[in-house]
Amino acid sequence: MTLALRTEGLACRFPIGKRLIGPPRAVLHAVHPTDLAVETGETLGIVGESGCGKSTLARMLVGLQPPTEGIVEIEGERLGRADPATFGRRIQYVFQDPVSSLNPRKTIRQILEVPLIRLHGMGRAARARRIAEIFDAVNLRPEFLDRYPHEFSGGQAQRIGIARALAANARILILDEPVSALDVSVQAQVLNLLADLKAEFGLTYLFISHDLAVVEAVSDRIAVLYFGAVVEQGPADRVFSAPRHPYTQLLAESAPKVGRALGGGTSGELPDPLSPPPGCAFASRCPRASDRCRREMPLLRVIDGEQLAACHHPL
Amino acid sequence: MRLFLRLLFRNRLAGFGAVVLSVIVVLALVTPLLPLHPPNATDTANRFLRPLSEGHLLGTDHLGRDLLSRLLWGTRLSLAVGFAAAMIAAVIGATIGIVAGYAGGRTDNVTMRGVDMLMAFPYILLALAIVAALGPGLMNALIAVAVVNIPFFARNIRGVTVGLAHREFVDAARLSGMGHTRILLTEVLPNVVPVIVIAMSTTVGWMILETAGLSFLGLGSQPPQADLGSMLGEARGALITAPHTSIVPGVMILLIVMSINLLGDGVRDALDPRLRSGALARPMAATLVDRREPPPATPDDKSLLRIDGLRTEFRMGRRTAVAVGGVDLALAPGECVGLIGESGCGKSVAALSVMGLVASPPGVIAGGAVRLDGEDLVGAPYRRLRALRGNRVAYIFQDPLSTLHPLYTVGDQLAEAIRVHHPVSRGEAHARAVKLLEDVRIPNPASRAGAFPHELSGGMRQRVGIAMALANDPDIIIADEPTTALDVTVQAQVLKLLADLGRSRGLAILFITHDFGVVAQLCDRVAVMYAGRIVEEGPTAAVLTAPAHPYTARLIACVPELGGGRRRLEAIPGLPPAADDLPDGCAFAPRCAKVRPDCREGDVALEGTARKVRCLYPEPAERAAE
Repeated sequence: MTLALRTEGLACRFPIGKRLIGPPRAVLHAVHPTDLAVETGETLGIVGESGCGKSTLARMLVGLQPPTEGIVEIEGERLGRADPATFGRRIQYVFQDPVSSLNPRKTIRQILEVPLIRLHGMGRAARARRIAEIFDAVNLRPEFLDRYPHEFSGGQAQRIGIARALAANARILILDEPVSALDVSVQAQVLNLLADLKAEFGLTYLFISHDLAVVEAVSDRIAVLYFGAVVEQGPADRVFSAPRHPYTQLLAESAPKVGRALGGGTSGELPDPLSPPPGCAFASRCPRASDRCRREMPLLRVIDGEQLAACHHPL
Repeated sequence: MRLFLRLLFRNRLAGFGAVVLSVIVVLALVTPLLPLHPPNATDTANRFLRPLSEGHLLGTDHLGRDLLSRLLWGTRLSLAVGFAAAMIAAVIGATIGIVAGYAGGRTDNVTMRGVDMLMAFPYILLALAIVAALGPGLMNALIAVAVVNIPFFARNIRGVTVGLAHREFVDAARLSGMGHTRILLTEVLPNVVPVIVIAMSTTVGWMILETAGLSFLGLGSQPPQADLGSMLGEARGALITAPHTSIVPGVMILLIVMSINLLGDGVRDALDPRLRSGALARPMAATLVDRREPPPATPDDKSLLRIDGLRTEFRMGRRTAVAVGGVDLALAPGECVGLIGESGCGKSVAALSVMGLVASPPGVIAGGAVRLDGEDLVGAPYRRLRALRGNRVAYIFQDPLSTLHPLYTVGDQLAEAIRVHHPVSRGEAHARAVKLLEDVRIPNPASRAGAFPHELSGGMRQRVGIAMALANDPDIIIADEPTTALDVTVQAQVLKLLADLGRSRGLAILFITHDFGVVAQLCDRVAVMYAGRIVEEGPTAAVLTAPAHPYTARLIACVPELGGGRRRLEAIPGLPPAADDLPDGCAFAPRCAKVRPDCREGDVALEGTARKVRCLYPEPAERAAE
């Protein structure tokens, strides 16, 4: 199988408290050097809590956020710091908030036409044909094309967001919390649509979410992000049922579930991102933490077959 | 556009301003066609004629020139100069603002500091300096007034653009292959135009005044050309002997500036989406009550809180949206009841109606009763509600960042909440606040009491929200999606805390959520809402394992559960009905797979005792028992 997407040592740091001259007051490590590989036709789920760097990582993959270091390879080609338009033909982004990702002052047709004109230079007739095709693929009625975004419900607006990503004719889609703003009954409609589109167009997905159950339901493989670094990675059916990293275990146990008593015994929060601890970022919350964990940052390594974890004392 | 005009004229003052201004503008436009004396023709024999003299309706000035003619020609000039200056300032200022706001970083910093420096000069001094450099004359006065007003536009527009530049649709446009210039012109600009119009409408009046000021000083229009400022300036010498020569242009300036400002305020209110939605109309202290029928009789039971047939509507002009259409729900002491439903089903409105917290206008409680220990709170006097709010019935809201005041420390806010209901000293209230923070398991409560809300993480803030609700030892806590904004690990901690507190203090909790997992872990009973009504109610375990209403059954099936593996999820086709357009009969009928013709006719009642269901054909019990 060929790789659709690969990153090597991809990292992002933000200077905090910039001064006109001289170095910034502090540096925030949003994403630590990360290696990821996604095969063509695969769905890689990325799970993490707010502030773990999952959106920054995703924005670097589509060129919206220039990486501080590391490389991004899309369909075997190194794009690095290229213009978002160069990325746009190969990889597209579906945003979390469906309504604010659509310009309120443009009709749906105007929004969908942009990638066709700018990325593919299509003529008027070809555009109309292609838009009709895509709109049909996302199960929307053609009369919606001449309406404005505020006239749509969240689920419909998210379909339009997906239609825009498809219009660019990219083979890889980054789905950044595509259903977390939607109600459950509509969430399932959109997830099923995404599954159908993937089969129909042979797409590759990077599915970002904080909802473990949703990620598990749609992914082939899952990467768990904590404090800007991948702490565990493995096949979707193993990561939550047999976690190797204590953080993954905590996540899986915290997810509210029918027929299970309230968990949530461990307290504690994320460490201060401006002065990260020298060792493992999870050590302060971890029941298995040893002195070594507080001293030495664990690296992502193979624990068992396809399952990787960044932990000195894996489960 | 028609909406805009309707909103504009709903504001009477703005309508008055619009009428006055249009009369003046029309007069100014048709001035060359009117049978007037030439404005600059002197006639020293007829100096200082009083108004209403023959041939000179408003009299004459010190050179015997017809005042009416000079007034209209002067108004024409002043208006033209004012509008031109506003246009120039708006175009240049908006360009600077958009570019600076969109580019950000160093460009933004350098440009805006430059603009700040321009702003640091007193405007009239700056205008004088510009005119002094360019020489007197109306054109130069226009340039000076425009330049002086550029910073106002630049700063305003930059602020709006910064917000827009980080919106997702701009990112999407970049990924769609648009360049920066194109994004500025087609994505950002259309969203900024309303702000430019608002800024212009509120400053045109000022600019006319400033131009008049420069002309008054002799730096604007040069004799014999008349504009309102120079007319005032020339009349200054005869202020006592012939006051009408000053009053006539003075009144005109007053009328113009006043009408423009009234109209400008109206335009701002009508265009600003926040003001349009009614934020300007301050909500009343308690929700309006308009019960067409007497409240239902008190049933004889021991419920702590009992909601009977509650109807809450939003009345917006001719449209009425029924957010809550007859909800019955009881809460026993120490009990935790979950109210579950999708967004827009009316669960939050029902909860807010309990203490009359639905914003009025447009909210109206149109029927039913809310009884706390048998006392009906719907229509209770505001003083009574206020005594109960936070004291016996407390709320916890979804987003603690927006419910806590950003400028006070959390300790002060907690102490204030205590002192509202209990006459205790400041020191004692503070000690209690620290104790509360300890109760909600905030580490280092004494030092955290001095923290501002923004210094705490989301989980900590929600603990403060819970502490605030506990401040006066309430009997009932109404928690409206308190953990929705939190991460799962933090959510688990907060839920555990709520469950422990509920048990140890004997609190009754009404827990509003959309998450079945949360309900299952926390609540004794659960009520499911759809389109403003409860469709099913019963003990949590029974409802979740054997849902009787097709909606509940299908909604539960939609929720993916951890450990289910890769799969296709269940979905419910269609959307919930709009609250102002509910179908006859069962509201779920259009989406229901088991719908029969009689489902669409007549009202379906909520039937049963411990297990209630609002369905003609509930799921069979034997299938549910499996």
